[in-house]
Amino acid sequence: MSEITQNTKQAGLHDDSEGMEQFNTLPRRIVTVYLPLAVFVFVLLFPFYWMAITAIKPDYQLTDYKNYSPFWVIEPTLEHVKFLLFETSYPGWLWNTMLVSFASTFISLAASVFAAYAIERVRFTGARVTGLMIFLSYLVPPSILFIPLAFIVFKVGIFDSRLALILTYPTFLIPFCTWLLMGYFRSIPFELEESALVDGATRWQILTKVILPLAVPGLISAGIFAFTLSWNEFIYALTFISSSENKTVPVGVLTELVRGDIYEWGALMSGALLGSLPVVILYSFFVDYYVSSMTGAVKE
Amino acid sequence: MQARPARSFSILGWLLESRNGLGFLFMLPAAVFLLCFLTYPLGLGVWLGFTDARIGREGIFVGLENYIWLFDDPVFWLSVFNTMLYTVVASILKFALGLWLALILNQHLPFKTFFRAIILLPWVVPTVLSALAFWWIYDSQFSIISYVLMNLGLISEPINFLGDPGMARASVIAANVWRGIPFVAISLLAGLQTIPQSLNEAAALDGATSWQRFTKITLPLLTPIIAVVMTFSVLFTFTDFQLIYVLTRGGPVNATHLMATLSFQRAIPGGQLGEGAAIAVAMIPFLLAAILFSFFGLQRRKWQQGGGD
Repeated sequence: MSEITQNTKQAGLHDDSEGMEQFNTLPRRIVTVYLPLAVFVFVLLFPFYWMAITAIKPDYQLTDYKNYSPFWVIEPTLEHVKFLLFETSYPGWLWNTMLVSFASTFISLAASVFAAYAIERVRFTGARVTGLMIFLSYLVPPSILFIPLAFIVFKVGIFDSRLALILTYPTFLIPFCTWLLMGYFRSIPFELEESALVDGATRWQILTKVILPLAVPGLISAGIFAFTLSWNEFIYALTFISSSENKTVPVGVLTELVRGDIYEWGALMSGALLGSLPVVILYSFFVDYYVSSMTGAVKE
Repeated sequence: MQARPARSFSILGWLLESRNGLGFLFMLPAAVFLLCFLTYPLGLGVWLGFTDARIGREGIFVGLENYIWLFDDPVFWLSVFNTMLYTVVASILKFALGLWLALILNQHLPFKTFFRAIILLPWVVPTVLSALAFWWIYDSQFSIISYVLMNLGLISEPINFLGDPGMARASVIAANVWRGIPFVAISLLAGLQTIPQSLNEAAALDGATSWQRFTKITLPLLTPIIAVVMTFSVLFTFTDFQLIYVLTRGGPVNATHLMATLSFQRAIPGGQLGEGAAIAVAMIPFLLAAILFSFFGLQRRKWQQGGGD
């Protein structure tokens, strides 16, 4: 990707003009742009609307499509949310997910900052190979690792504890964060470090006083992305946790709220909605950071 | 300070002063984590595939027995077929629809940042939780899709989304595509934004149609990023577990069992860690092939279309 931008810069082609869109007539734009966009947005958002409307529907309207329009709700209720918060272990699951996500994100960020700095700036022998290995480990999917990890977790004696998740989540967070931070560190000019070295700063001082303050956007991007990744994690949590009080939200909702053949859709959907809200709120505050970390990981 | 033995002082000195010592020290936390919880398990997984380990009991070496057993297991081959079908169909759909959405979003639109933000929502929300919404949408009796189609008079009875093998496959693929489109679209959009408009203008002045501009300018310039995005997309799809586990758990009659879900089912509820590990290991060659195919297959196109190396 960078070569394209470079080429265009060299050729002096970069411009911000709006292209030839002004030649398109309005009816044409409606058919080619607005209509497909509306369909995309509708399809992509409908499941969330359906989730939300089900979460606040009273039970008697839920499946009675003849007398009540399924797309709307009369007399919305918080009954399902109340049920979740006071009659199930849901608050505990939320707390577990929060704790595990924060702890594993923090550990991963700390380890990644050091690793990325070492690979990009300390330039020890084999730094390039190490960087490549980090990228390759990003490609190892959890669905291959969960069985041997379950074996290890069991042997170490942390089976069915939050610690098992806090220690295993960094396996997919560290490669990602390191890769992303390497890109950020690369963009910080060498001269800053050199002048700090000349002034007698140690490597530690350079890292904490020069590099980290400049890499704050990168840290936020990596942190947000890592947090949502660990919030969304499912297969490890499903495998390593068996008792209800240690479950995370995705596992808890699926394994404890689904009982027998009668699905309590109201409770299930409000559980899904409440469990999604924290990441969605976090995301809405940091959209640009999130997008840059997602596209950054792909582009490098 | 001065009472320190000379040897440990020199190691400390090496660690803090030399390039390699400092690099080693800084790499240590990440390396310990990745070696203990990634490299070691990867090797252990391969080893477990050669044993008859069960949960809480170390197995003994049984050679290729697990693999021979799997080779004769029709369910395993069905899961291989399902995984291929799932990956190929879902990836193609994600690519086509994602590229389309990216092209739309690359236009001059009001509230562009807002649209970009809400379009990414399916990717942000935990898969299990959005899959639950799909489970409800695909309900055999009260599916909202069936309701709408019945009201429109297109069908006479509710569609059995997850009960019929063919429908179940289509349904899980649809849910996977729904979740994957935003990733492809937003990543490709980032690539599209680096293509200068002036190239399009010049081509238009030379009489190129919009389709020619798309195939001769946009696609070749976008190919490197398409290769990377689709490689990741194939990787995520191939190893998908959550969606299937929520929607069908592999049913009906194993029609939607992927290798990952089969491996989980045999290893954790079934207790046969060795056999599950063997299935997971069997995923690796297929996975490598899929990654290499999508990466180099797409990279080569770049060269064929004269995109330079």
